[in-house]
Amino acid sequence: MIEIENLTVRYGGVTSLDALTLVFARGTCGLIGPNGAGKTTFFNVLSGFVRPASGTVRAFGTNLLAMSHFRRARWGVRRTFQTEQAIEELTVYDNVAMVASPLRGAARRADVLAAIEYAGIDASPGTRVGTLGAGQRRLVEVARAVAGKPRLVLLDEPAAGLPEQETQHLAEVIRGIPEYAGALTILVDHDMSLVSAVCSTTAVLDFGKLIASGPTAAVLRDEHVMRAYLGTAEV
Amino acid sequence: MTGVDTKDATAVAQQGLPLLRRRPQRPVHLTVTVVLALFVLFALPEFMSGYYTGYATLVAIYSIVTLGLGLLVGRVGLYSLGQGAILQIGAWTGARLLFASGQPYPVVLIEAGLVTMLIGTLIGLPAIRLRGLYLALITLMMAGGITVILATVNFPNGGGGFTGYNGTAVHIPPIRRPSIAGSETAYFRYAVVVALIMFVLVYLHLRTRPGRAWAAIRQSEPAALAAGINTTFYKLWAWALAAFITGVAGAVLAGQAQYLYSINFTTQDSIVLLAVALMGGVYNLWGAVIAALLMQLLPAFLQNLGLSYAWLDILFGLGVLQVLTTAPAGLADQFPKDMTRLGRLIMSRIRRPARDGAT
Repeated sequence: MIEIENLTVRYGGVTSLDALTLVFARGTCGLIGPNGAGKTTFFNVLSGFVRPASGTVRAFGTNLLAMSHFRRARWGVRRTFQTEQAIEELTVYDNVAMVASPLRGAARRADVLAAIEYAGIDASPGTRVGTLGAGQRRLVEVARAVAGKPRLVLLDEPAAGLPEQETQHLAEVIRGIPEYAGALTILVDHDMSLVSAVCSTTAVLDFGKLIASGPTAAVLRDEHVMRAYLGTAEV
Repeated sequence: MTGVDTKDATAVAQQGLPLLRRRPQRPVHLTVTVVLALFVLFALPEFMSGYYTGYATLVAIYSIVTLGLGLLVGRVGLYSLGQGAILQIGAWTGARLLFASGQPYPVVLIEAGLVTMLIGTLIGLPAIRLRGLYLALITLMMAGGITVILATVNFPNGGGGFTGYNGTAVHIPPIRRPSIAGSETAYFRYAVVVALIMFVLVYLHLRTRPGRAWAAIRQSEPAALAAGINTTFYKLWAWALAAFITGVAGAVLAGQAQYLYSINFTTQDSIVLLAVALMGGVYNLWGAVIAALLMQLLPAFLQNLGLSYAWLDILFGLGVLQVLTTAPAGLADQFPKDMTRLGRLIMSRIRRPARDGAT
């Protein structure tokens, strides 16, 4: 459970998040909204790249904002980036193993291999990531996000630019994260079919303000949301 | 639970097993390296004249310096123009300790490395917050400052006090060498062994956790931070490791030169070091050896041919341009590729007449 209260972020004169108050309870939650709505800023606050002007973030009772970014990762915050950030010169194994983990020795190696297996990467752990395609690299990032006992997994447009078939596999993987890793998962994506397939609840942001939240199906059917942020018919 | 095929997943896990046993990835490379090291240690000194033995010792020493620089530039992305000054600190400390005490040589080398590491890290602490051009500028200024300080203090020449410099001395004692490596040839072997140990030290770093962290930092600092890597700590670690091995190299240099004068150390050395490190290749450990050959053996060749050193400045300038335009990974990457291409060209020339005859 992660509780956000009155979270405000300003860049100069732009208010990127405006007194956001929101609770993500459990499972996989969606976070949608048009470009510039503040979704990535929200992730940046949670993972420590942006310092908010005001507000509090409590994750499972811990004050996240009091920790520096790498300590949050050690606490259990995981995130992927809009532009995929798998490290090319390292192997699949090392890419996943670089994540902070409370496990040591054989248990840690087993955990890393299990994460690679879970993500369903179609290459041996010894393969250099630089030789993999875009879809596989995304899966490497996801494997890194579920390794090392995470508590909060933030996925920033993981399906961007992926073909239909790979998106389907990714959806399966993302849907299973809460059960596999026991972590609360928040998914930001523009692909509404992915969001509705994966997320039980969804929140909608626009211009830094929360305009709707609740069960995904209900939120996506909300006429106001559809008209204002998703275009009209397709969903 | 998910759509992952369990058979596939098991196969992946099984393929992962050899990785855990940490088998050498490229046994051929390992064999070539060992054979080459044995050749350099035992056969090469028999062929070389005294003239080239001295320069070959310098190659071994400077390969450690370019190794450290390659580590910073290639593995972490920190551009330092101050490694020449770090080397001076190592040489100064090594010389001072060798005059002051009768400690065994390896102990002095480690002490010089540690002192250099301490000073280098203290200087690096503020500099590490900068990147790219700004870091390069700051380290160049630092190199200039250290060169001036050491020129004022002077290098130890057997005198007393902290500086160990006696300006009125008529008879200057040479800096001592280890008892097992008094001659030029023996000292060459000694320097090569020290260099090999430093290469192994860096290699072990690259293959383990720090190496992974550095690779992550170089490609994407946000990704490294998000994975829980303390980027400042690991950058400082790289900085400290480079300063340590450069300090050790400085102490070996003190024993090689036997007489150190501040006039022999210039700020320009730091710039040349970066140029040759880039030309040799900063993403490959061989690049450090090539860089040292370029920096120390090439001038010896030119001198032997009676040509001016000034040609080197032009050559290195062109070399850096070449790196920037066509060969970002330097000679260590380009040379094998070109050789393969040449080999293929020759093979196709040999095969073509036969095929022509057949048709």
